[in-house]
Amino acid sequence: MSGRITAARIGVVVFPGSNCDHDAYHVVKHVLGSGATFVWHKETELPPLAAVILPGGFAYGDYLRAGAMAARSPVMGAVRSFAAAGGPVLGICNGFQVLVESGLLPGALLRNRGLKFIHQPVHLKVENGTSRFTSRCRSDRPLRMPISHAEGNYHADEETLNRLEGEGRVAFRYCDSRGRITDEANVNGSQRAIAGILNEAGNVLGLMPHPDRAAEAELGSDDGRAVFESLLESLEGRG
Amino acid sequence: MKARVTVRLKSGVLDPQGLTIQKSLRSLGYEEVAAVRQGKVFEIEMADGAEAVARQRLDEMCRRLLANPVVEEYQIEWVG
Repeated sequence: MSGRITAARIGVVVFPGSNCDHDAYHVVKHVLGSGATFVWHKETELPPLAAVILPGGFAYGDYLRAGAMAARSPVMGAVRSFAAAGGPVLGICNGFQVLVESGLLPGALLRNRGLKFIHQPVHLKVENGTSRFTSRCRSDRPLRMPISHAEGNYHADEETLNRLEGEGRVAFRYCDSRGRITDEANVNGSQRAIAGILNEAGNVLGLMPHPDRAAEAELGSDDGRAVFESLLESLEGRG
Repeated sequence: MKARVTVRLKSGVLDPQGLTIQKSLRSLGYEEVAAVRQGKVFEIEMADGAEAVARQRLDEMCRRLLANPVVEEYQIEWVG
């Protein structure tokens, strides 16, 4: 590569069927002014990167199960090594599905409780505001950003759920506009209203809502920008 | 050798598609339908070889790709 890589160069992985790769790239590069590059799914090695984003979309047409094919594509071997070495990985929507299918995050994302594809704004309660993906998220009111998925119903066994909660690894929960966790606000039926989780080391976050589609006021909400700002800030801190 | 692999959600996992199909069957008048679980079927043609080895390979395929062991179980049978 060029040898002029800055610490804050973020790689956005592109699978066949990704459709929010440009949204993520746009937020990183044009909204926040950081370095961004696309990484094709056939790559077996990553260029020097500070963080990896697995974007939303329908990778490989969601064949077999959402995220199943993408999780076994060549680039994921490199992403797994990157994560194992402590590199931050952010999976949004389909990217979250890829992370659970690849085993980088526990549990599974099942068909929404009501069976329908849901595309609507939701409110999120930040349950862990100290992670490297959430440290800049506002705490005075719930975040508002859209969801857009058919398989976002988070499922894990009781032991895993207890462990996630006990270790502060539930990053976000669905809530109502006043921050209350209600069954009605849990639109896809996720267990314990879980919308986003962290891995054990705290360097991998997967979430079903789209911070990339809520990073500018023109889009109706810029609450999602804080997720990217948190990540970038954490990179500065670690050089 | 041909194998039929059936993958379905584990019994404790909510199957909203199965529930909806059950309701639909009942609305068609099949009120005796007590439960429906939806799954997937794969027909896999294997190159000829030792059956025990082929079965072991199929088992591995199920665990690595065809089924998601977190929520699904699978069954392998020979069909020809």
